[in-house]
Amino acid sequence: MSITDTAPSDSADAGAGAASTGGDRASERVRRREPSAVLRMSEAEAAAIGGDPDDPTDDELVLLNMGPSHPSTHGVLRLMLELSGETVLRSKPVIGYLHTGMEKTGEQLTYLQGGTNVTRMDYASPLFNELAFCLATERLLGIDVPERATWIRMLMCELNRVSSHLLFMATNGMDLGAVSMMIYGWREREEVLRFFEKVTGLRMNHNYIRPGGVAADLPADWRTDVTGLIELIEPRLDEYDTLLTGQPIWRERLQGVGVINAAEAIALGATGPILRGAGMAWDLRRDEPYLFYDQVDFDVIVGTHGDCYDRYAIRLNEIRESLRIAAQIIEAMPAGDYRVQDKKVTPPPRSRIDASMEALIHHFKIFTEGFKVPPGEAYASVESPRGELGVYLVSDGTSVPYRVHVRAPSFVNLQTLPHLMQGGLIADGVAIISSVDPIMGEVDR
Amino acid sequence: MTERYGAIAGDDQPSAGQAVLHPSRSQWCDVAAAARADGFDQLIDLTAVDYLTYGADRGLPEGVEPERFEVIASLLSHERRERLRMRVQVPVGDPSLPTLFDLWPGSESLEREVYDMFGIAFEDHPDLSRILMPEDWSGHPLRKDYDAGQIPVQFKAASNVR
Repeated sequence: MSITDTAPSDSADAGAGAASTGGDRASERVRRREPSAVLRMSEAEAAAIGGDPDDPTDDELVLLNMGPSHPSTHGVLRLMLELSGETVLRSKPVIGYLHTGMEKTGEQLTYLQGGTNVTRMDYASPLFNELAFCLATERLLGIDVPERATWIRMLMCELNRVSSHLLFMATNGMDLGAVSMMIYGWREREEVLRFFEKVTGLRMNHNYIRPGGVAADLPADWRTDVTGLIELIEPRLDEYDTLLTGQPIWRERLQGVGVINAAEAIALGATGPILRGAGMAWDLRRDEPYLFYDQVDFDVIVGTHGDCYDRYAIRLNEIRESLRIAAQIIEAMPAGDYRVQDKKVTPPPRSRIDASMEALIHHFKIFTEGFKVPPGEAYASVESPRGELGVYLVSDGTSVPYRVHVRAPSFVNLQTLPHLMQGGLIADGVAIISSVDPIMGEVDR
Repeated sequence: MTERYGAIAGDDQPSAGQAVLHPSRSQWCDVAAAARADGFDQLIDLTAVDYLTYGADRGLPEGVEPERFEVIASLLSHERRERLRMRVQVPVGDPSLPTLFDLWPGSESLEREVYDMFGIAFEDHPDLSRILMPEDWSGHPLRKDYDAGQIPVQFKAASNVR
């Protein structure tokens, strides 16, 4: 009952509905909109009702706010829930508590500074934000990035996917009462962040991937570090399997909870593990290869039931696939430049600045005024741990983007929440929010 | 001049080699429905740009009248692994556009965000309300004539301008 009424199930039907005469169109609209899982109610209306809707047929009907500060909402997500007893009828995610106008800020920072801004959006997988921003910038600049830089980007992003999914493992366990999982997830994630700190100088918000390449080359002993990470994390994943995957309580809590099918997920714009959990094999790394993903061997993990359990299992196995890719990158990494040798985009090396006046001027110009990007518009997208992360850039030919729009996967995925929660218990709601894995920093931007 | 689904197809050059259509406002829903029937099953993104202070040539094809606002919808065809961007011009005198909700329910949040940030109203949208800013906020922050704002500084000499 939940979403099949709001989502178009077949394309021919919808196409005809919108293109035909006014009467059909109106009835079509009513059919899709009326029985909705979304509680479309403003705060003022909710305040006027005061939590107790006057419904003579259901004296257990209650309006309840969950959040914005609730341990299971992963930040500041607020849910307006319409409950009948403990059953969720309709709901509405209320967002904006972390909104700081980052897209507006992006219009005042140069392309080189832009990375520091976008990296703070999805703070659990910052390198993906930087990557999408840089790919869009490079598309406008029309430059090619050296091979080594591309491999470094892939290595760092796959390790970031590992750390992001480990964070999910930790919080998902915590939300469902498997508190030991929380400790283990954070523990392994910290090992990955330690490697990030060694390479980029920071645990999070790296500003490491920059237009034209990366900020610095990998440290000399990076192969040992990455091999160590793979050897450390892989057996731990098997321990997670023992601890959670086959455990009856864990299965009881997740299987059959928060179900969505592929047509519904596509209609609602969902991407990433939600879409793959519903049985749709769609991964931008395989289907629209960027970087060198067409040169490595990995599997796209797909679920069958579209429930919380599938989304958990997909993320767990995606860690394995990412480690598999990382192991291949260790073999494939070529020697060469870690950033493009284009004097218009790349600052001169540090050693040249002491020796050459021109290099000093050049360095100063790039870091104050920035480099100019030809006018135009471009969209670039990558497969982030949460789905399709896209950046839409408009340039007016200056060194500051005219418009920076980020297509945040969590923002769009959050639309599936009311449909996943409808008809379930509040306790299941906690499992569902957790399985959508929203990062509020990129939802609100 | 090439056409697709009845809309003017854009020049590749200013769009970094990506496929772009320029439907008019009255064509917006019909072109979207034709694209959907042709396999573009997912609305990936919907956003807007305020071209008020844009200094460069916008590179619009012949026959497309530039307006202050432009709404951009990105479509994805899973079957053909193909993308398509629709760019529609929206005048400041009547900032409105029909909603795509009936084709892709996933447009709901995206259109609310464009309404919130640019003040472009989507006709027949099921819940046209602010999404990121507080409900009682006035103004639309991503418009180019909306100041980025400053935080008042608590020093005697500072002239607390806001």
